[in-house]
Amino acid sequence: MSTDQSGCGAPAGGVTVTAEAAGNQAIVEGHVLRDGAPVGTGYARLLGTGDEFVAEVPLGADGGFRFFAAPGEWTLRVLAPGGVRTECTVAADIGQITKVEVAV
Amino acid sequence: MSRSDVLVDADWVEAHIGEPGVVLVEVDEDTSAYDGGHIPSAIKIDWKKDLQDPVRRDFVDKAGFEALLSERGISNDDTVVLYGGNNNWFAAYAYWYFRLYGHQNVLLLDGGRKKWELDSRELSTDVPVRDKTSYTASEQDSSLRALRDEVIGAIGKRNLVDVRSPDEFAGRLLAPAHLPQEQAQRGGHIPTARNVPWSKAANEDGTFKSDNELETLYKDDAGVDFSKDTIAYCRIGERSAHTWFVLHEILGLPNVKNYDGSWTEYGSLVGVPIELGDAR
Repeated sequence: MSTDQSGCGAPAGGVTVTAEAAGNQAIVEGHVLRDGAPVGTGYARLLGTGDEFVAEVPLGADGGFRFFAAPGEWTLRVLAPGGVRTECTVAADIGQITKVEVAV
Repeated sequence: MSRSDVLVDADWVEAHIGEPGVVLVEVDEDTSAYDGGHIPSAIKIDWKKDLQDPVRRDFVDKAGFEALLSERGISNDDTVVLYGGNNNWFAAYAYWYFRLYGHQNVLLLDGGRKKWELDSRELSTDVPVRDKTSYTASEQDSSLRALRDEVIGAIGKRNLVDVRSPDEFAGRLLAPAHLPQEQAQRGGHIPTARNVPWSKAANEDGTFKSDNELETLYKDDAGVDFSKDTIAYCRIGERSAHTWFVLHEILGLPNVKNYDGSWTEYGSLVGVPIELGDAR
């Protein structure tokens, strides 16, 4: 997905699945970008069914985040200064690293 | 205790930055967060290096707490305002220490670091230098801390509040989803525990929900009997410090303990009962 509009998508080059790196974990990771530049201040939240809170991490300086989830579908919500609140649906599975880019 | 005795908002903190007798302290899981920028005049306490015993599994003893606060320039008379990341998990954990060791004037910044950042308030990388003090702590207040035998004895008798996520409670995960799941202990929860994830007590910006919402959450939704004593636990005792803060400090329930051994201890004990599955 283009990064010139709000939304979530796979990074350029598609989703990378590296079972060896993921081991027995179900990893969801990615970056938050604004006009292609990393958003270094903000929070990524992983939510389950009915917006049930699962986990939250502060974004890294590179806009990065990572979750070790249970397998399944999750809502990924990003909060950032200026009232930014963007979300998308992501799927996690054991042995996979699901990569996602969020544009705000 | 009530909300106004234990919580301050960001405007209050902004108005008191640099005021003598007020010490801002950041406590984080990611202790590098402070180095990247903190509330002006705030000092740092490292929840692991500063607050844990370096050898055995326990937290700093009275002498260690006295040495830490003396070295950081905190006096017995100071008003200590704690804040941190992760919706104040570790700040609430540190708050619990300050209460355990008898510090009188301690407050939590509502919303912690997250609300401060989302409000785009000022952060500084200047590290303040404070003159050393001679801090005197009280003996540990055992009415605030539960140890394992007390927890086992409380099954079916007192309120046990498991504040982990539903997946951890059910035994599907062993740690929060932002942490690796490699631990070896058994999954599940202590029999008769109610599952009230800590996150239900917080708004999205990290501030605590209103007293009415909190009372409804624990009493009406989860069936916690407010006339009974309560023990809160999680995985390592920091999220349950957040819930201890809600029940004991905000709602003012008299007998609430934090079980800091929590699931990493209980889930590794030989012979204790464990229940699996979702909350009923």
